[in-house]
Amino acid sequence: MTLNTFRNVLFSALFMVISTMGFANEDTENPENEKFDAKEMILHHVKDAHEFHIMDINDKPVSIPLPIILYTDNGLVTFMSSEFHHDDSGQHIVEKNGMKFVKLHEKIYQLDGDAEAVAFDEEHHPTNASKPYDLSITRNVFMMWVSVFVLLLIFVTAARSYRKSEDNMPKGVAGFIEPLVVFVRDEIAKPMIGEHRYKKYMPYLLTIFFFIWINNIFGLIPIFNGANVSGNIAFTFTLALFTFIITTLVGNKNYWKHIFWMPGVPVPMKIFLMPIEIIGMFVKPISLMIRLFANITAGHVIILALMSLIFVFKSVAIAPVSIAFSLFITVIEIIVTAIQAYIFTILSALYFGMATEEEHH
Amino acid sequence: MTITGIAAIGAGLAAIGAGVGIGRIGGSAMEAMARQPEMHGKIQTSALILAAFVEAVALFGVVVAFLQG
Repeated sequence: MTLNTFRNVLFSALFMVISTMGFANEDTENPENEKFDAKEMILHHVKDAHEFHIMDINDKPVSIPLPIILYTDNGLVTFMSSEFHHDDSGQHIVEKNGMKFVKLHEKIYQLDGDAEAVAFDEEHHPTNASKPYDLSITRNVFMMWVSVFVLLLIFVTAARSYRKSEDNMPKGVAGFIEPLVVFVRDEIAKPMIGEHRYKKYMPYLLTIFFFIWINNIFGLIPIFNGANVSGNIAFTFTLALFTFIITTLVGNKNYWKHIFWMPGVPVPMKIFLMPIEIIGMFVKPISLMIRLFANITAGHVIILALMSLIFVFKSVAIAPVSIAFSLFITVIEIIVTAIQAYIFTILSALYFGMATEEEHH
Repeated sequence: MTITGIAAIGAGLAAIGAGVGIGRIGGSAMEAMARQPEMHGKIQTSALILAAFVEAVALFGVVVAFLQG
């Protein structure tokens, strides 16, 4: 290892330690007299939220308020989440259009009729409040827009640089993007779908590959508070649904024959295989959904759990071990961001390839 | 034993299964690559895909443990 590489490695490690310290800094939000609850802190980070909480300064939360949009029986209601004054226990009541709203565990409840406060049953569920349809711009939606904006910026710049250059050589951002696009084409689309049919699917494959990747990366940046977009089951569900719809729509005669009347096996076996194949049709996108969700969520939980060890043991002596381990996991997570985007894309391509395969003779 | 403890044991069992599965895939892939270095790329791709399939089953276990725990 030359001195130069060594210095690069050292600097990268230093930056990542700083980023883990960013996580640690957020944890000091708990007052010292209160017992530190690692589980609650982790769940708070992994869950979606109605405000963009950045950090705490002297126990005062610093956050960006996001709009809350509710569809109630009396029509649409909108207000900023700052009107709740960071309350998440259902104490602070916001009155709009004669309706009372409270925020409880990041869910908005509408109080019934003339109720003055939320009443709870034994399991801590509110008894006199109902949930209106919540169409709010939450933290995840906001982060998704940010990543869409960044992706547009990168790709529009790249596209422009191609138009400008005379010999079609990639320059600037395009030089970084082109190998990735070629990778998706040559390593994912062509071998999985086939030389002749892959072109139709390239836009979709490229979109999910870069969208998942950039959302995974944003999830690891502490200043965005680990906005857990790709670790949100609704997000992965939607992406898996797209794959399912495309697979079902492009499926040819051969594909459906393999599901309903498997060729080449005796009749009792055909009948036996039919329900299994039908279940398999749905299990494929479901496993796509759960794989991405669980991988990213598990990564976040591990990093945060290692960081909270310091606060659980209340000792500085744990800090070197804890930081070293969370640095290690962060490095692994950086690889996982790319691998999960790759796996999701290649499996989608595989399903498209299976759906459009021609009959063998 | 509480339900959380049982859920944790379940997640551990799922991890053992996935560990055995991915270990076998990885071992065989390494062996195959050593025998036929020219097939390196293809073997790696299919090994990764298969590992993803095995891992998904373990993650189902983890998700169930999360829901219970």
